[in-house]
Amino acid sequence: MQSLREMLRFLLYRIGLLVPTFIGVTIAAFGFIRILPGDPVLLMAGERGVSPERYDELMRQFGYDRPLWEQYFDFLGGIATGDLGNSLVTKKPVFDEFFTLFPATLELSICAIIFAMLLGIPAGVLAATRRGSWLDQTVMGTALVGYSMPIFWWGLLLIILFSGILQWTPVSGRVSLLYFFPPVTGFMLIDSLLSGQKGAFTSAVSHLILPTIVLGTIPLAVIARQTRSAMLEVLGEDYVRTARAKGLAPVRVIGLHALRNALIPVITTIGLQVGVLLGGAILTETIFSWPGIGKWMVDSIFRRDYPAVQGGLLMIAVVVMLVNLIVDLLYGLINPKIRY
Amino acid sequence: MKRYSFAAALLAATMLGGVANAKTLVYCSEGSPEGFDPAPYTSGTTFDASAKPIYSQLVEFERGTTNVIPGLAESWDVSDDGLEYTFKLRPGVKFHTTDFFTPTRDFNADDVLFTFERQLKKDHPWNEYTAGISWEYFNAMSMPDLIKEIVKVDDMTVKFVLTRPEAPMVANLAMDFASVMSKEYADKLEADGKMDMLNQQPVGTGPFQFVAYQKDAVIRYKANPDYWDGKQPIDDLVFAITTDASVRQQKLMAGECHVAPYPNPADLEALKAASNLQVMEQEGLNVGYLAYNTQMAPFDNPKVRKALNMAINKQAILDAVFQGAGQAAKNPIPPTMWSYNNAVEDDPYDPEAAKKMLEEAGVADLSMKVWAMPVQRPYNPNARRMAELIQEDFSKVGVTVEIVSYEWGEYLERSKATDRDGAVLLGWTGDNGDPDNFLAVLLGCDGVGGANRAQWCHKPFDDMIQKAKVISDQAERTKLYEEAQMVFKEQAPWATIAHSVVFMPMSTKVTGYKMDPLGSHRFDGVDLAE
Repeated sequence: MQSLREMLRFLLYRIGLLVPTFIGVTIAAFGFIRILPGDPVLLMAGERGVSPERYDELMRQFGYDRPLWEQYFDFLGGIATGDLGNSLVTKKPVFDEFFTLFPATLELSICAIIFAMLLGIPAGVLAATRRGSWLDQTVMGTALVGYSMPIFWWGLLLIILFSGILQWTPVSGRVSLLYFFPPVTGFMLIDSLLSGQKGAFTSAVSHLILPTIVLGTIPLAVIARQTRSAMLEVLGEDYVRTARAKGLAPVRVIGLHALRNALIPVITTIGLQVGVLLGGAILTETIFSWPGIGKWMVDSIFRRDYPAVQGGLLMIAVVVMLVNLIVDLLYGLINPKIRY
Repeated sequence: MKRYSFAAALLAATMLGGVANAKTLVYCSEGSPEGFDPAPYTSGTTFDASAKPIYSQLVEFERGTTNVIPGLAESWDVSDDGLEYTFKLRPGVKFHTTDFFTPTRDFNADDVLFTFERQLKKDHPWNEYTAGISWEYFNAMSMPDLIKEIVKVDDMTVKFVLTRPEAPMVANLAMDFASVMSKEYADKLEADGKMDMLNQQPVGTGPFQFVAYQKDAVIRYKANPDYWDGKQPIDDLVFAITTDASVRQQKLMAGECHVAPYPNPADLEALKAASNLQVMEQEGLNVGYLAYNTQMAPFDNPKVRKALNMAINKQAILDAVFQGAGQAAKNPIPPTMWSYNNAVEDDPYDPEAAKKMLEEAGVADLSMKVWAMPVQRPYNPNARRMAELIQEDFSKVGVTVEIVSYEWGEYLERSKATDRDGAVLLGWTGDNGDPDNFLAVLLGCDGVGGANRAQWCHKPFDDMIQKAKVISDQAERTKLYEEAQMVFKEQAPWATIAHSVVFMPMSTKVTGYKMDPLGSHRFDGVDLAE
């Protein structure tokens, strides 16, 4: 009972902290796209050009002739009423655009982080328990390479090898064009099952493999390294020695006693990887023609689509803040010793 | 949603059940359309996905040419004073029947009036049907000044009354912004309070009809069974949006798409070598140039400009910048355009002679700026590199060059100034296949301080192109434009650098594809061999 109340108090405290962060994010999102030189009207006109009168007219129509602070408060007012404005390009509400595309990014990110955890944690544990061995060297060497891999190059390499030469996986997209069903959840794995079309799910899985590997590579490397160093620290603790002295099986010592404590910093790392994932998604989505928010943001920035960029950045920041909040709350579940 | 699911299930059933019979052509397009109403937009990617498959225009470009042929208008007459264009409409044309709209009447004059008046009249209920919509191409082609009124003579006759004679008018009406919309559909959307759907669920009279769009991923069309020019040989058309050129190449080679545009020049060898692929090529309807500021000394002297032109090694530029995907330009209009004057002789590359000419003109120790665009364009894939090569060439004749650049929007804006310091690298891609669209826009006196980046106003030249603009006889116009190109070459306001060559790789199964000189990608008339 005590702990539940404490947890609630902590939750409120953390949410309170989010308020100034949120305001900061709105200013950053609003300011970022406006700091970039160039404006949407000139870019839209291109070589064809636009007369000064027409330029003024369009700026007025978009509301960009007004003072910045007015535009900013408009933006804030919009957020309060759940209206992020309409994209200058597609003329559709930014909110709708975001939620059409976000499931694709989320699905890919979840797969990538699961992939990274499933491989990274065991690899880190193995490396730590066999410290200095060839296995340790190999794992850490591979992790360093993985961490330094330029995503674009890595993605193309995998496509050329697995899709081009070996023809094991499709080149790009989310599901074979043979299958056509309306999006229900926006998650292709779920929608393909719901569609009831034979082979659709398998097709969706096969399309996910390469982008998952590409997006998961950097988090995988980070998680493996973090697990290894956290494990090494914990393995040197007195209670681990005690457990060993008691004659417990090594699997129990490592799996139960050591790993549980070592996982705390690893969870923090995984939480922080969410930001990295969304950054990596930009490149991964571009290579694999994955219709997510990463690609959408890049297009919008190039077109100086002010509402799309500021709204999109804001939404992405909110997602990252929420994930970090959840990670904080998860600590308590993993280690009951932690009190809020 | 229910209706959508039903249609989806139906389509899936036909696609899965009848894969053997249904012919589906997959096009790996390079980007997402901004919307499906072509008129508010200016990008080719959007037109490829909207105007070309879904809509028809009153007049159309004949496939593979810039010739204007009848479309939704069977014939047209121009009044003797060149001010009235009367179009006889094609009877019996049906708008698409889709799961979101069933037309109750055939195409008629009301649809034509709706199409243009929404762009022309500020108080038209569809003038701003979603927030922030504007009619950029209609404006860029000066339509608001040009069109005095559009008159419905009878149900099947429409008359455009102009404020001044304008020979390219018919070609303008073949452009994408002139795609004819269904007034009946618009009325229904207006009554339902769903006006913005006009841009998302399109209804036209074109060869293909819209089925579904999954944002940034896939667009699906099916052949229009009632198309006025006959049903298409293929049954389904799918755009698989694939932004990266290398990935498009992999998809083509793996057979995941039949056609994919804009290959990397470096990949052409591999594409040509692949046994399951064919690569088509054609000159682009564009020109890349270096525009001197002809109002600033010493560039106000044609002799100086001519000398500098002779100092530029175009072949080196074609090799390094275009990697073979370009051809040297000698005229301001591309060779695929009617009235291209092949008799014009290009300035030879001769640094020695250039040096001498500069000395004769009394120019010594000249230093100048060359502006390099910050973006890639078909007519100039790498302006920075081009500027560096020109810098090297000019240094050989004793001219020092400083290369400058700005953000793209700012570059376009600043380069318009009549007191601009330096010569500007820029280019142009044709809109309607009419020489007026290059010569008058880019080199006419009206364009000084605007699109005329050379700030060049030469009376004899301007007189010719103004005259050619108002007469409708093409042979007469051709003569004037040919002459104008001679004057241009003599006066040398630009160094004409290159026209790009466009490559189009596709599966050997694709038959009947014709490359469009205007740069669009059309799938009417295309078939797939078994």
